[in-house]
Amino acid sequence: MTRRFDLAETTRRALNQALHDASGGESFEVANPRGAHAVACGITADIDVVVRGSVGYYCAGMHQRGRVLVEGNASTGLAENIMSGEVRITGNATMSAAATGCGGLVVVGGNAGARCGISMKGIDIVVGGNVGHMSAFMAQAGNLVVCGDAAADLGDSIYEAQIFVRGDVESLGADCVEKEMRPEHTETLRSLLAAAAPATGGAEVSQFRRYGSARRLYNFNIDDVDALETERDAREAVR
Amino acid sequence: MSTPLPDGVEPVESSDPDFWHLRESYTFDRNVIAEIRRAANTGIYRIRGWGAKRHLPTLDDLVFLGASMSRYPLEGYREACGTDVVIGEGRAERPVHLKIPVTIAGMSFGSLSAQAKEALGRGASAAGTSTTTGDGGMTDEERQHSATLVYQYLPSRYGMNPDHLRVADAIEVVVGQGAKPGGGGMLLGQKITERVAEMRTLPEGIDQRSACRHPDWTGPDDLEIKIGELREITDWQVPIYVKVGAARPYYDTALAVKAGADAVVVDGMQGGTAATQDVFIEHVGIPTLAAIGESVRALRELGVHRREVKLIVAGGIRSGADVAKALALGADAASIGTAALIAIGDNDPAYEAEYQALGTSAGFWEDFQAGTDPAGITTQDPDLSARLDPVLAGRRLANYLQVLTIETQILARANGKSHVLNLEPEDLAALTVEAAAMAKVPLAGTGWVPGAG
Repeated sequence: MTRRFDLAETTRRALNQALHDASGGESFEVANPRGAHAVACGITADIDVVVRGSVGYYCAGMHQRGRVLVEGNASTGLAENIMSGEVRITGNATMSAAATGCGGLVVVGGNAGARCGISMKGIDIVVGGNVGHMSAFMAQAGNLVVCGDAAADLGDSIYEAQIFVRGDVESLGADCVEKEMRPEHTETLRSLLAAAAPATGGAEVSQFRRYGSARRLYNFNIDDVDALETERDAREAVR
Repeated sequence: MSTPLPDGVEPVESSDPDFWHLRESYTFDRNVIAEIRRAANTGIYRIRGWGAKRHLPTLDDLVFLGASMSRYPLEGYREACGTDVVIGEGRAERPVHLKIPVTIAGMSFGSLSAQAKEALGRGASAAGTSTTTGDGGMTDEERQHSATLVYQYLPSRYGMNPDHLRVADAIEVVVGQGAKPGGGGMLLGQKITERVAEMRTLPEGIDQRSACRHPDWTGPDDLEIKIGELREITDWQVPIYVKVGAARPYYDTALAVKAGADAVVVDGMQGGTAATQDVFIEHVGIPTLAAIGESVRALRELGVHRREVKLIVAGGIRSGADVAKALALGADAASIGTAALIAIGDNDPAYEAEYQALGTSAGFWEDFQAGTDPAGITTQDPDLSARLDPVLAGRRLANYLQVLTIETQILARANGKSHVLNLEPEDLAALTVEAAAMAKVPLAGTGWVPGAG
């Protein structure tokens, strides 16, 4: 049985408390979210939540288990710091979608704004449309799949996360480079596209390029002129 | 780093009259020369731990007036003088109750050894106060050893886990810290061991430069929404603090209140760090003394001072006198970091030979980034860490916290106060014009507050 919450009549607090009190297996439907913030955040049980309408900031924030589907758009920080489970939205997500996510899957049917996947730490993100500038900024681990184009400075200061883009990349950020698509990457991409369908709009693995870290920023560049002088002195002494 | 003298050359003794004509430049003293030489050799800015080392106006520039004809003192050992502080009453289901007005500031596992974190937890718990996690997440040991644990929510979100959020006794949203308002954390490769790397989802051995801005909010309006989310996720159980480096304390405090904070933590420029650029430590932010009054002014104007929103002041707090003066200026509690590390054994003269082998000396050790701490505190080296006995070190911290508390009570009673939070600016006078202007208390022997009226 599906429990219905109409946010025109009940508070966000009542909704979230009910979701937190769920033990698993339940289904929830949320009507009239009307851009409310922090809707369905902090879910820990294996439940299904469908939100009919657009939401504000931090929808499904820190999601840990179960599935959240938003039929609409989401504002800043959709599924921020998601640990596992799934969050899907049919429309667009504005800034910092899936920021710092540690695991699980986030699927954006439309476009994602700036800094999608910023500081991501293991999550898989699939965007059906385009992503905004500085997406995957300081991305540490996980996969960002973009079926459309990527705006400027993609993957700036990226660590070990992987980025797959089907369309054009306006520019790559510092230390982000195009990398060879090896069989293991093809396999990862294939399974992510399958998991995210139909949001991927029929995108095929062969249409994507892979980007990742050149690892040139991992350590400070420290000179040691004194040591060079000592070396030279030593060489001269031997001579 | 410093070039050794060639064979047969002895250093000049300043007591030798033959060299009395030598005059060291104030502008280019030996410390400056050493830094220019170091920069020229390495091509990298200086990174170090500790806080600002230069001379600054401090709480030492204030004195208490004590009791006199018109003020009754309280009997030192007989009459009660309360020290408890409550944070988050009214908004959080489980407010934080501190027995003493001194807390332990945020310091991460990673920057500190597991033994050091345990010692802080043990000491603070014995004294009835809180410890705070740092940039790197919460360890199970830390939760276990701290009766009251504040979970920091930082820009990097390293190790950020909602399960930890829910087991914390309070959440501290870190906007900045006194050592580097506007700067992100640093942890150099020597300290990114396997466990630290795993907690932070980083490759082992890299020089970690954390984000300086939160990834999913910008500015006070967003912060209000973020605090709302944190409250929703934790079902409004625990208080939420906002920590800022002392930059624009009046505005930062007002905006933190507006964003819904239960407590504002203001960290002055003397506040310590595990690893930051020296230029940041010494040249960004304002002294603790200058920050307190401004934060209090914001709280008073908003009608929340000593009521809904508590003020915790940090940055160079060393003694009960510092605590009492911070409270008299309007803080609800003071927070210690560097002093707590010293209490558990940082810069211990017992390790002098080893400090010298590292090119330093007990009392000067500041290379917390290096991971070579002889005292086993700011390191991830298992052999060095094992030197710190967390039980003994915890006892030392508990003793130190007790002294801070009793000293604070001594000063409160001397000013006739039955609770340390009854101390007020009227109990203070300033010894310098600068301190009078910054703290907004009269210059001693006058009624003059520079800049007032």
